[in-house]
Amino acid sequence: MTQAQKNAKTLRPPGGRGARGPMPKIKHPGKLLKRLLGYICRNYAVPCIAAVICIFISVIATVQGTWFIQKLIDSYIAPLLLQKQPDFTPLADAVLKVAAFYLTGAAAAYAQTRIMVNVTQGTLQRLRDDVFTHMEELPIRYFDTHPHGDIMSTYTNDIDALRMLISQSIPQFLMSGVTIISVFFSMLRLNIPLTALTLLMISVTVCSSKKAGSLSAKYFVAQQNDIAKLNGYIEEMINGQKVVKVFTHEAESMEQFNRLNNELFVSADNANKYGNFLGPINAQIGNISYVLCAAAGGILAINGFGGFTLGKLASFLTFNKSFGQPINQLSMQINNIVMALAASERIFALLDEAPEADDGYVTLVRTKEAPKTTHTDCPTDDSAAVLTETTERTGTWAWKHTHQADGSVDYIRLCGDVVFDDVDFGYTPEKTVLHHVDLHAAPGQKIAFVGSTGAGKTTITNLINRFYDIADGKIRYDGININKIRKNDLRRSLGIVLQDTNLFTATVMENIRYGKLDATDEEVIAAAKLANADYFIRQLPDGYRTMLSGNGANLSQGQRQLLAIARAAIADPPVLILDEATSSIDTRTEKIVQDGMDALMRGRTTFVIAHRLSTVKNSDCIVVLEQGHVIERGTHAQLIAQQGKYYQLYTGKTVANTR
Amino acid sequence: MLKTLGAQIREFKRDSILTPVFMSLEVLMEMLIPYLMASIIDDGVGTGNLRHICKIGALMTAAACFSLFCGIMGAKFGARAATGFARNLRSTMYQNIQTFSFSNIDKFSTAGLITRLTTDVTNLQNAWQMILRMCVRAPATLILAMCMAFLINPRLALIYLAAVLSLGIVLAVITLRAHRYFMEAFPRYDDLNASVQENISAIRVVKAYVREDYEKKKFTAASKNIYRMFLKAESILAWNNPAMQVAVYSCILALSWSGAKMIVQNTLTTGELMSLLTYCMNIMMSLMMLSMVFVMITMSIASARRVCEVINETGDIKNPAQPEQRIADGSIRFDHVTFRYNKNAQTPVLDDICFSVQSGETIGIIGGTGSSKSSLVNLICRLYDVSDGAVYVGGTDVRRFDLDLLRSEVAVVLQNNVLFSGTIYDNLRWGKSDATNEECRHVCRLACADEFIERFPDGYNTYIEQGGTNVSGGQKQRLCIARALLKKPKILILDDSTSAVDTATDAKIRRALMEEIRETTKIIIAQRIASVQDADRILVLDNGKIDGFASHDELLKTNAIYRDVYESQTKGSGDFDEGGALS
Repeated sequence: MTQAQKNAKTLRPPGGRGARGPMPKIKHPGKLLKRLLGYICRNYAVPCIAAVICIFISVIATVQGTWFIQKLIDSYIAPLLLQKQPDFTPLADAVLKVAAFYLTGAAAAYAQTRIMVNVTQGTLQRLRDDVFTHMEELPIRYFDTHPHGDIMSTYTNDIDALRMLISQSIPQFLMSGVTIISVFFSMLRLNIPLTALTLLMISVTVCSSKKAGSLSAKYFVAQQNDIAKLNGYIEEMINGQKVVKVFTHEAESMEQFNRLNNELFVSADNANKYGNFLGPINAQIGNISYVLCAAAGGILAINGFGGFTLGKLASFLTFNKSFGQPINQLSMQINNIVMALAASERIFALLDEAPEADDGYVTLVRTKEAPKTTHTDCPTDDSAAVLTETTERTGTWAWKHTHQADGSVDYIRLCGDVVFDDVDFGYTPEKTVLHHVDLHAAPGQKIAFVGSTGAGKTTITNLINRFYDIADGKIRYDGININKIRKNDLRRSLGIVLQDTNLFTATVMENIRYGKLDATDEEVIAAAKLANADYFIRQLPDGYRTMLSGNGANLSQGQRQLLAIARAAIADPPVLILDEATSSIDTRTEKIVQDGMDALMRGRTTFVIAHRLSTVKNSDCIVVLEQGHVIERGTHAQLIAQQGKYYQLYTGKTVANTR
Repeated sequence: MLKTLGAQIREFKRDSILTPVFMSLEVLMEMLIPYLMASIIDDGVGTGNLRHICKIGALMTAAACFSLFCGIMGAKFGARAATGFARNLRSTMYQNIQTFSFSNIDKFSTAGLITRLTTDVTNLQNAWQMILRMCVRAPATLILAMCMAFLINPRLALIYLAAVLSLGIVLAVITLRAHRYFMEAFPRYDDLNASVQENISAIRVVKAYVREDYEKKKFTAASKNIYRMFLKAESILAWNNPAMQVAVYSCILALSWSGAKMIVQNTLTTGELMSLLTYCMNIMMSLMMLSMVFVMITMSIASARRVCEVINETGDIKNPAQPEQRIADGSIRFDHVTFRYNKNAQTPVLDDICFSVQSGETIGIIGGTGSSKSSLVNLICRLYDVSDGAVYVGGTDVRRFDLDLLRSEVAVVLQNNVLFSGTIYDNLRWGKSDATNEECRHVCRLACADEFIERFPDGYNTYIEQGGTNVSGGQKQRLCIARALLKKPKILILDDSTSAVDTATDAKIRRALMEEIRETTKIIIAQRIASVQDADRILVLDNGKIDGFASHDELLKTNAIYRDVYESQTKGSGDFDEGGALS
């Protein structure tokens, strides 16, 4: 089993949402159900109607079959007994007629199930696609504020709950409803007092199962709590098992475990016990009802009271037996429907999240230079005049700025000139985390951010690619306000290497190609060479074809970083955002990674969250941040001369290093 | 596998036996009812005998009541048997995990062990309850109803036999085929969810590279594929219900036709026909139930296998028969040590390592990732056993010591260390359960943890969340060092334990250790040269071999690797933030 599968497995909550757990609270169940049914019917209105018709047909066929028993005894067998030369032809006719009925019923039952399979699987597929498609459009803020486990559970638990709802709960609910009504009227037609007796016994069943159900629900809540406690303990202790060993803490760990395990046993035993009671209560009180009706009906039949015959008794008893089951079904299905509605509420909540807004209209286009220009360097606004749009792969890009006022079009060469102008930002409106940030990165410059954790280094980089939008001030890219640039084009012009590298389940080749989907194998290898990754990739069992899984679990952290660098290299963006790794990789690997990063930075505007002295020293501008304020800026020499915070940082470091 | 699992029933044997007994009794009583009903019709209604109807009616009610009683008892014992079984499974597994060595834990992986203890056990609990109750109920109903039918009229009962056999075959074919498709579909489904998971955690990468559409396309293709697989499997299952209906209906019709004829010929009574019709339903329903139970049980087989693996795994590091109860001093000697994580591995992780350390010495270990630094120190307190050669502590082979003694005298601060939920005091006392508050504070001072602990509003009573999420990496490392110091060990091993601590504090901790626990042998694994250069001697490891073992100054002169690392670090490397001056 691969690591990814294991992960997927552990995502499912142990125990799951039990069918007999406590009822979730839903605000507008009616609205929700309507929306859900609307969602299903949008593509499957006709099949759904067909399925409902099939349900009716199959129930009616069954009811007709039961009526046949009465006719069989009263209208065929009884007269036959009186005939000297029994004539079986009327019976044969009747049997054939009923056979036709039955066949229709069975066919309808098949049609209904088969249709619902299509409806269920089709709807689930659409739902999954919709949820995923929508999720991809959500802003980063959504992922920062929602635990990933919760989002994941939409795909696993919630969609699964809907599968149950569509394929089983709703059809069975309908079928039970139709059955109850038709059986009830059939019983009434056969005999009213016996029907009353049946109803009485049903109410006894409902009452006692309710009692058992509520007891069970109470213990189920306790059981869920105990499971959560025990599982939490297991997770903590198994994760720390190596520490338990080192400190020879096995006995203590076992003791606490046994206590929690016993608590769970007690509540689980009770919950299951009362839950199990439902079965025999329903079945056996049903049997008692059957027995009472048989005896009472027998007495009625002897006296021929109200024209009650043996055949009617036989039919009635069959109805009596088929009455209890759908009633139990009904209550069970209502429970399931409520569960599924709670699930659909979560799904719709995700679908209702507003997607990332994008009002940008400046786009990135491939351009060709008119032959007469001699401009090659940036940034010169007048060069715009000689750029023309093309579909050729020229390697030159430009911003296509269509002025909203007069519809005229400007082409501005993509250079990588970034300006922050008095930028304020807060993750929430109440709390500003960046104050009055001013910056200018000319094309090809390297800007290093330095400061302690929480100073706002990462936040600044999140603003350049508009993962978050600024509260006040302006950010300009090649002179254009980035709010005017289409987000996708903006991001395409930025490369990013994060400290936590994320790789995908795919080959090494495909992982690098992620930066440029149409890259050839040679381009991928060239990028890997640039990033210093080629050497280790060739050492892998299948080289570039090696499958990675579980975020590159089979690679070391340094190797993962090299791949992330290669991925950024192949995209070849003019502006780069780098988050240098901290010292958790060993020095020799770190050197290889740094060389890769340095190669990548050459000739690009780079924003680097720096952890390494050499990176900082070589920067064109060092920005020292503290609590969201730029407190110092300048080159290494300038800042040392200033003898401020940077000087402290630098010398404090030096002292520790050379002592 | 069955033997292993069966052994876990233990004190719930009685429940596990009583459950099927009561379940069978319940079914037996239930099956008597239609039989008695025939008597009401024939001898009561047929002859107009009111007393007989009442008598049989009372008898039937008694049967139903007894059946209810048995059902409830079955429910009760079944719940106890299953939940008790689950409790025993968990406790046996957990107990066995406590005896696991590091390599046992590595083999299963932490996540694997957790799944086995939680999800898999729940699956087995449900399966066991199902076996005790449904697996008894369904066949018992089938057999008893069949017997009753034969008792009433063997010739008509043959109809049932034919129907049961053909329905059984049809259901088996449907179930097996669908099962195969499901087994193909489930892993794909897991893959899909795994890729969603990946997408969620990598959302920044997806968005930064503007790959939303690419990911959508990839997902929709996979989702379409899954749709097809499930559609195939489910449409096979859709035959279940109509197959069952056809069987029931055919029986009713055949019964009506032949039954009517027999009644006319006086070889069958009306009452008997009616009870036969009732049995028909019972028989077919039980068959349906059987096929469902079968599917659910096969699904739990995988869980059973995984649980058994944990139960049957034997910890490969055991206490010696007559353990040595005293460790002379903190000297260490590696004698031609070779070590492999896997017996069949080609290249050993450590290859013919020989060196010795005197008690009280401070030793630094340096080397690239994968140079087996951690593996080397883990051999000292027998977290792993050597593959060849021997490790001596205080002049005695470590395999001759009592394990608890060895591990309390050799303290390791692991690389990926964890704190547990509880107060700081609670966590520290892992090192020494009866340590006084004063002792705890003392070791925190040594580990430079006192400064931040005292800044917490609750000080040493601050509650550490599970996984230590409410303290920073550097704070966590310092607490872990303090916890180990509380053991007052003869040997202290710091396995890259100060990587997240700023350099100044790192130096302070080392100075404190040097001065306060002079007699303790200290082994420091580090990435930073600064962390080891004051050590008496430094061991340079490269690819599982010793490349150099001498003092800092000497290594600078003689060892190329060491010099390389030193130069790269002093000429612009290391961690710029979190610097001493800022924090």
